[in-house]
Amino acid sequence: MNFVRTKAIAKKEFKHLFRDIRMLLILLFFPVFLLGIFGYAVNFDVKNIKTTVYDSDRTELSRNFINALNSSGYFDITKFIDSDTEIRKILDKKDAQLVIVIPKNMSREFHSNKEAKIQYLIDGVDGNTANLIQNYVTAATSSYNNKLTLIKVSKTGSKFYTPIDYQPIFWFNPELKSTKFLIPGLIVMILIVTSAVSVSLSLVREKERGTIEQVDVSPVKSGELIIGKTTPYIVLALFNAIVILVVGYILFDVEVKGSYLLLFITTSIFLFASTSLGILVSVISDSQQVAFNISTMASLLPSVILSGFIFPIDSMPWAVQIFTNLTPAKFFIEILRAIVLKGVGLQAFYLQVIYLIIFATVFLGLANLINSRKGKTS
Amino acid sequence: MKTILHIIKKEFQQFRRDPKMFGIVLIAPIIQLLILGYAATLDVNSVHTVVYDMDKSYESRRFIERFKRSGYFIIDMYAENYEEVTEQLNNTSAIVAVVIPKEFEKKIQRKETVPLQAIYNGSDGNTAGIASGYVAKIISEFSKEIVLDFRERYGQKSSSVGMLTPEIRVWYNPELKTRNFMLPGIVGLLLSVITLILTSLAIVKEKEIGTLEQLIVTPIKPFQLIIGKLVPFVILGFIAVVMVITAMNLIFGIEVRGSSFFLFFASFLYILSTLGLGLFVSTISKTQQQAMMIAIFAILMPMVYLSGFAFPIENMPEVIQYVSYLIPLRYFITIIRGVILKGIGIEYLWMDTAALLGIGIIILTLSSLRFRKRLE
Repeated sequence: MNFVRTKAIAKKEFKHLFRDIRMLLILLFFPVFLLGIFGYAVNFDVKNIKTTVYDSDRTELSRNFINALNSSGYFDITKFIDSDTEIRKILDKKDAQLVIVIPKNMSREFHSNKEAKIQYLIDGVDGNTANLIQNYVTAATSSYNNKLTLIKVSKTGSKFYTPIDYQPIFWFNPELKSTKFLIPGLIVMILIVTSAVSVSLSLVREKERGTIEQVDVSPVKSGELIIGKTTPYIVLALFNAIVILVVGYILFDVEVKGSYLLLFITTSIFLFASTSLGILVSVISDSQQVAFNISTMASLLPSVILSGFIFPIDSMPWAVQIFTNLTPAKFFIEILRAIVLKGVGLQAFYLQVIYLIIFATVFLGLANLINSRKGKTS
Repeated sequence: MKTILHIIKKEFQQFRRDPKMFGIVLIAPIIQLLILGYAATLDVNSVHTVVYDMDKSYESRRFIERFKRSGYFIIDMYAENYEEVTEQLNNTSAIVAVVIPKEFEKKIQRKETVPLQAIYNGSDGNTAGIASGYVAKIISEFSKEIVLDFRERYGQKSSSVGMLTPEIRVWYNPELKTRNFMLPGIVGLLLSVITLILTSLAIVKEKEIGTLEQLIVTPIKPFQLIIGKLVPFVILGFIAVVMVITAMNLIFGIEVRGSSFFLFFASFLYILSTLGLGLFVSTISKTQQQAMMIAIFAILMPMVYLSGFAFPIENMPEVIQYVSYLIPLRYFITIIRGVILKGIGIEYLWMDTAALLGIGIIILTLSSLRFRKRLE
């Protein structure tokens, strides 16, 4: 390994990178842009549920109940209707996500100490949102119910009794914001684009243009070539990672709770693994178009869907869960969440680090094997 | 007309000659459908749970049994102290720790209120929120039984106080499966990929190879060239749509409840915009690499994220909600979901249909003009 030659290649690659301004802008602008979209637009936090109310009771109780819902901040009551014939149309047209139907004799039933039912009709097309709405209405009804019972019971002097008082506590992310959960995954996605995809494209470009043969006859060794070619992209990727963390902190309050040193080391190990993947792709493919297709199919798609970035792995069928182990992104996301959100140390994720190192070695080994075989046949 | 047919024929011959690309176009939809169908789910059905039972009594075991039986919780371990609880939440995939306090049973027998702590790993806020809903439900059912039990024992037949209880009905998708929400959106995604990316690539390729100049000197008129180049991708797009809808029905049992004819009509309107965008990309890029990057990162990704495909538009801030009105995929996804899941038709969807038509005509006209100018 000759340091001077490696440096020369890296320098040349940097020049290439800076010459194609359009590409460079995409690579630099893309992270901040995505972060903006993700941070503001992409979240599962259900607030302001569009609600229509059909109050056929029209009593003090029903009005107070509606007011209580309105002031909870979760429900945005936009419309009151006078007949149940409109309900279907409202849900069909997506005018409301929730229709509350208060039956005619609710107040009477309640005051004659019976069970009064309040009907909630939820648009279930988006199953996840519907599930959260379901939780909110259950909680809202029971808290209003408790309030009423307390008042009533204190009047009669008897004791009000709830057997179990549920006290949920949320660690690491008390407001349950999904942005905090998504930002580590976003870092991983952007790192994959800047490392795996770009590296494979840049190596294949030399192949496509035939310049790789010129390099082959020069005294540059393949190790030097690969290190020289990948360094600029690794530097760029690290820079991107820093930008995302800073922007994430400024705009969305996501701060790194754990150690920066660990963060840096594990990020470098992940970059090593994902550039190895890029190198492997470049060895397999002959044209940029094929390289692009393979790297999106093999790295980008799985790292968005199978890595636990958005969709929890535990909910997938077991066959798919086994598949998820093939993407390095899965392990790095676990590491990042542990460092950034939980602030815990190496004991929480040493296994994942070992996995990443194994990945990198296997990818590089495979690339080397295929490459030397191709060399022999040609 | 004859000229256009010739160009279309030539394009199809090119498809046949490039089997790798053809394979990707036809196989990718099915792979996407399978991955999204099986993996892309936000359903929470296996909550890894730690139980710290300080009471170890008959009642506490009965309570824990409820968690096991619900089908949502997987009890990973029984902790013996708070350190173990912390350790599990910090270092493993445990999502919730349920802490049953001392004297759980005694307090219940004495008719006192027992505080019950559930500590969540909130880093995945969505999962934690849904899991908390499950826990609340188990607790409220358990409490109800205790109260009823007391009444029976003390001979109070009817309840002493009135109660408000929610009666929840979920329409269109009663099992609350995310799959039903995600899969119809794939039709929109696929049409975008095939018509937008492939058209722009096909045109830029001619540019890169230099054959576009040869076409310009022939008597072919620009509009004939545009139509001839676009029609094959429209046909390809429709084949993919039919394949995906059939596969959706056969593999996942999601049927089209509404009118298939309207679905195809809307697909056609949507294609107007994607073809227009594809043409536009081809006019601003010099190489296939640029075309790919611009098409994917500058057009496709924002389109996917802002269209409500995976993330509900209602949750977005107002400003971004306004931006989403500019995105044709938004209207198309509303239509697809309406037709497939709700079985509604143009009587409710006419506004989205009109928006799709308007945007499509504007984008396609502007891009064609720009493309023609470039040619001349």
